Amino acid sequence: MIQDILSTVSIWAIPVFLLAVPLYGAFRRVKVYESFVEGAKGGFQMAIRIIPYLVAILVAIGMLRGAGAIDMLAELLGPALQKIGFPVEILPVAIMRPLSGSGALGMAAELIQTHGPDSFLGRLAASAYGATETTFYVLAVYFGAVGIRKARHAVLAGLAADAASLVAAVIVCRLAFA
Amino acid sequence: MLNYIWLSMIILAVVVGGINGKIENVTKSGIDSAGNAVVIAIGLIGIMALWLGIVKIAEDSGLMKIVAKAIAPVMRRLFPDVPDGHPAMGSMTMNIAATMLGLSNAATPLGLKAMEDLEALNTNPGVATDAMCTFLAINTAGFQLIPATMIGIMASSGSREPTAIIGTTLAAGVTAVITGVTAAKLLQKLPLFSVERTCRKGESE
Repeated sequence: MIQDILSTVSIWAIPVFLLAVPLYGAFRRVKVYESFVEGAKGGFQMAIRIIPYLVAILVAIGMLRGAGAIDMLAELLGPALQKIGFPVEILPVAIMRPLSGSGALGMAAELIQTHGPDSFLGRLAASAYGATETTFYVLAVYFGAVGIRKARHAVLAGLAADAASLVAAVIVCRLAFA
Repeated sequence: MLNYIWLSMIILAVVVGGINGKIENVTKSGIDSAGNAVVIAIGLIGIMALWLGIVKIAEDSGLMKIVAKAIAPVMRRLFPDVPDGHPAMGSMTMNIAATMLGLSNAATPLGLKAMEDLEALNTNPGVATDAMCTFLAINTAGFQLIPATMIGIMASSGSREPTAIIGTTLAAGVTAVITGVTAAKLLQKLPLFSVERTCRKGESE
């Protein structure tokens, strides 16, 4: 029920927004076409401006993936985490999540396929994937767009959120599905 | 921070790739990613232009101010450094709304517009402000009401109940947002991350 409402809202949100904004603009006597074109001019520059930042971060992440470093890290951390009852099968997905969205999605889909979509691990992988964004990608694009090179505490805050949501996913899934 | 992280990633990749005998993979994967970064950026141009155009109409008509005022009580607490009625409040609000609805095509351009508005308040070019870091903490948490991608994958994998994960994903997502914002707010007070220190370090490098 709630899900139906939300998915209807999602489907209609963009067309309604694309209609409502120019309509309101016209009502307030804005020259909507001229205004739109003036604003749209910035799109090209902004997309081009993020390229160096995106290249830097995606190349580093690509090299890490190519090296098999993520699996290796998971193997290193696994034994310690297993002792405290952490399901280690999910670890590679969790490490990949802040680095590469498509990479983590592929790994989560694989877990879901192998263990079954209605299994504890399948649901945990899905929940953990859906609960956060690709931290490093967001940082590179957002900071890149305005030429920020000193991220200060943003990286740490983003990774703290990823770690906390992973722990929360494990606990909540244990309670709900195990 | 990014200097160290970036360098460590590359060192780790080459060393681990060497040990694993995957050094050719490291090269290929790195080069492919460089090309891929440009594909992603170029792909953004059209959507960026569309949303920046719409946002400009919203600005010129005063709609952004109305949006900003509507949830000012919440936003003022999250972003005390951003003045009331500043365009950044409007664009950040629209970005967060788009993210929650899972409209990533709209969320990114609106988020980048918000960063541009926040940059207008920045007195130290190249150094992130407190407001930017808090805003990014919200965005890296990426809170969605419906995890549509995952529900789709669950359904296509033959799940009997693909929507079962909505509740657990929400719970973990709320944890991510709260932790991210709290961490950003606490860390911004640390001397290690202060703007002054970051600026001084930048000069000596």
